Amino acid sequence: MLELKNISYTVSDNDGSKEILKNISLTLQDDKFYVVTGPNGGGKSTLAKVIAGIITPTEGSIILDGRDITGLSVSERAKSGISFAFQQPVRFKGITVKDLISLAAGNNVSLDEACEYLSRVGLCARDYIDREINASLSGGELKRIEIAMTLARKTKVTLFDEPEAGIDLWSFNNLIKEFEKLHDDIHGMILIISHQERIINIADELILIADGEMKGKGTREEILPEYDCLTMGCRFTAEAK
Amino acid sequence: MDDIQKRLIAEVADLHSVPEGAYSLRANGESVEMHSSANIVIEKKTDKPGIDIYVADGTKNESMHIPVIISQTGITELVYNDFHIGKDCNVTIIAGCGIHNCGDQRSEHDGIHTFYVGERSIVRYVEKHYGEGDGNGERILNPTTVINLEKDSTLEMDSVQIKGVDSTLRTTKAVIGDGATLIIKEKIMTHGKQHAETDFSVDLNGEGSSTRLVSRSVARDSSTQLFRSNINGNNRCHGHSECDGIIMDNGKVAAIPEINANHVDATLIHEAAIGKIAGEQLTKLMSLGLTETEAENMIINGFLK
Repeated sequence: MLELKNISYTVSDNDGSKEILKNISLTLQDDKFYVVTGPNGGGKSTLAKVIAGIITPTEGSIILDGRDITGLSVSERAKSGISFAFQQPVRFKGITVKDLISLAAGNNVSLDEACEYLSRVGLCARDYIDREINASLSGGELKRIEIAMTLARKTKVTLFDEPEAGIDLWSFNNLIKEFEKLHDDIHGMILIISHQERIINIADELILIADGEMKGKGTREEILPEYDCLTMGCRFTAEAK
Repeated sequence: MDDIQKRLIAEVADLHSVPEGAYSLRANGESVEMHSSANIVIEKKTDKPGIDIYVADGTKNESMHIPVIISQTGITELVYNDFHIGKDCNVTIIAGCGIHNCGDQRSEHDGIHTFYVGERSIVRYVEKHYGEGDGNGERILNPTTVINLEKDSTLEMDSVQIKGVDSTLRTTKAVIGDGATLIIKEKIMTHGKQHAETDFSVDLNGEGSSTRLVSRSVARDSSTQLFRSNINGNNRCHGHSECDGIIMDNGKVAAIPEINANHVDATLIHEAAIGKIAGEQLTKLMSLGLTETEAENMIINGFLK
């Protein structure tokens, strides 16, 4: 179980300070599939980075299975069972796809094993396994490799930040099956930041974040009208009813 | 050969025993052993220190090793090695210099390697420089490489200096003939107060000639590096130089590229990027469970691979 208790994150610059996250409290159960949605710039990615340890919250605490992990580094959180697929994957010079898949799997994976993870994200494995994760790969290819790494990690908490970006629709349907398979295999918690209806449809629960606040948590039926209300205005949705 | 010398040879030439084929070992300022093969003849120069290497026309898939080691302090030498490669050859040359300096005097090896590569020949030249020893004496290596490529020939040079050389000036001058190609891949890592300079100068004189110079360097601690390249496109040709540097601690890297297009069909490109390790790279590897130091090492090792 992952608990976020009164998480706030404030940044200061020359124009004063800005609250990116405002007093967010959330309890996320194991073996559940959550989708975090909401308008752009509302704080969704920041929330994922807070969980992964990339951003330290200004206030509040994060508890994983009863243990306070607020002060743990990114590496320590990774070791305690959190995976994070970045929205914008990182490029490296000289580091190959196999290097990162091996690192993610936690051992020197066999060629077959590494290839299997790549096939699952729709890449023809043998063409990619020795490629460098550099500028020669397209955004979509990098994104799939990023997702393959989380499949290889098999951790109890897996975070995906907009996995659909840069991936075509046909492949995307297959990816959704992989998210479901990951969920079935690991029985861990999956939290995906997404606007994609297909992803929203497979969520156990939706979490709505806007203006740095948690506006709601619940089923699709409960949350989607609130989301529409935020993005299109409540008068419009009221009239539509 | 003592243990120190054996280790130096293993470092610079990956050799653990006397290799098959042509071979020349120079240690502490003197030629120790030389061996020619049927197609590759190695002869000691009579007018100055060094050797002449003659590779017969049509020699295929042969290699030669010419390591130099210095394990005494206070040795300074200037050596001339000339490689005469015939036509239609395909050979690999493994050179390298290792210095072990435990004393207080400087040890210096300056090698001038000159290549004459015949028509249609393909040469792979691997050069590794290494220094060790805890004395105060400096370890200095100044390799000069002069390359003459005849029609449709190719020379690929891999040059590596990862450890222990206090000061180095690496000069490479090349003249490229019709249809010929020169590829140079250089990797340098400097530590402490070391200084490394690279100076490439390539004349693309031949019609359809090309070159690709790639330098990857890491400067740690208070070390400094200077990368200079000068490509002259004097005919229809293609030239590309690329300098990629990572700076850490108080390391400094400067890149001074020069490209001169002296012919309307010359295409010349230079790319240079110098900076510290990107924070997002560290974060990604840490999110896969590495500590910050492990992540840094993986990034550097990949970069210099």
